[in-house]
Amino acid sequence: MNVFFYIAGVVAIVSTVMAISGRNAIHSLLYLILSLLAVSVIFYLLSAPFIAALEVIIYAGAIMVLFIFVTMMLNIGLERETEKKWLKPRMWIIPSILAAVLLVNLIFALKSGQTIPSDKEAILPKQVGISLFSTYLLGVEIAAILLMAGVIGAYHLGSQKKKVKHRFLEIK
Amino acid sequence: MLTVPLETQILFAGILFFLGLIGLLVRRNMIFMLMSIEIMFNSAGLVFIIAGTHWKQPDGQVMFIFILAVTAVEVSIALALILQVYHHFKTLDSDAVNNLKDQN
Repeated sequence: MNVFFYIAGVVAIVSTVMAISGRNAIHSLLYLILSLLAVSVIFYLLSAPFIAALEVIIYAGAIMVLFIFVTMMLNIGLERETEKKWLKPRMWIIPSILAAVLLVNLIFALKSGQTIPSDKEAILPKQVGISLFSTYLLGVEIAAILLMAGVIGAYHLGSQKKKVKHRFLEIK
Repeated sequence: MLTVPLETQILFAGILFFLGLIGLLVRRNMIFMLMSIEIMFNSAGLVFIIAGTHWKQPDGQVMFIFILAVTAVEVSIALALILQVYHHFKTLDSDAVNNLKDQN
């Protein structure tokens, strides 16, 4: 049972090291997604299945896709030549092996039957929801205001306006 | 149930946090710095989940949901800023964006 935790932990640490030491941003992002998936397996083992699902859907699904979009937008010029290089097996073989290890780990953890916590031990999504909307109701409202500010700020910063630059600020 | 000692779990989260910190201090590319901040957020959330499981309270998971919301906002704002910086300076090097510094 504990071996699943250690395997997922090793995969998470290795992929995080690869993510922060890589030269290419896209490869590092793929390693980072793998690291998040490994942490999600650990959440599942820690009897928090709801949070494990949220980690995959929001972190690895939504936030990392945002990263990849921006990275792809920024070096759109170099892509045509490097695309051929990226499709070589050397580029994706290590992430694939790590992801396969994680998948086998998860399958064995599911099949072992010991990871499904009993009702007394697990913290179910129902309890989380009750706590979220009673004790932490003020926090939910503040998070809503923060998300609204984030939407407005991202719209404002992302819009392409014609800029009038002061002459001191011009790049030489 | 998982019987890994609590110290090992916290140590794992600490290793992830320090990997993110090292990445933030070493890398100068803004995309990589933002990724390192993500790793640190994630390890902080991991500590919340570990503690919530240890004391069998739902509060840790509630805190993780809040961290998730904060992270989503932070990433979208930071990526919009990175796009603007790239359009201004044609580079992602954070050392290039030092116009506020005294030029002596």
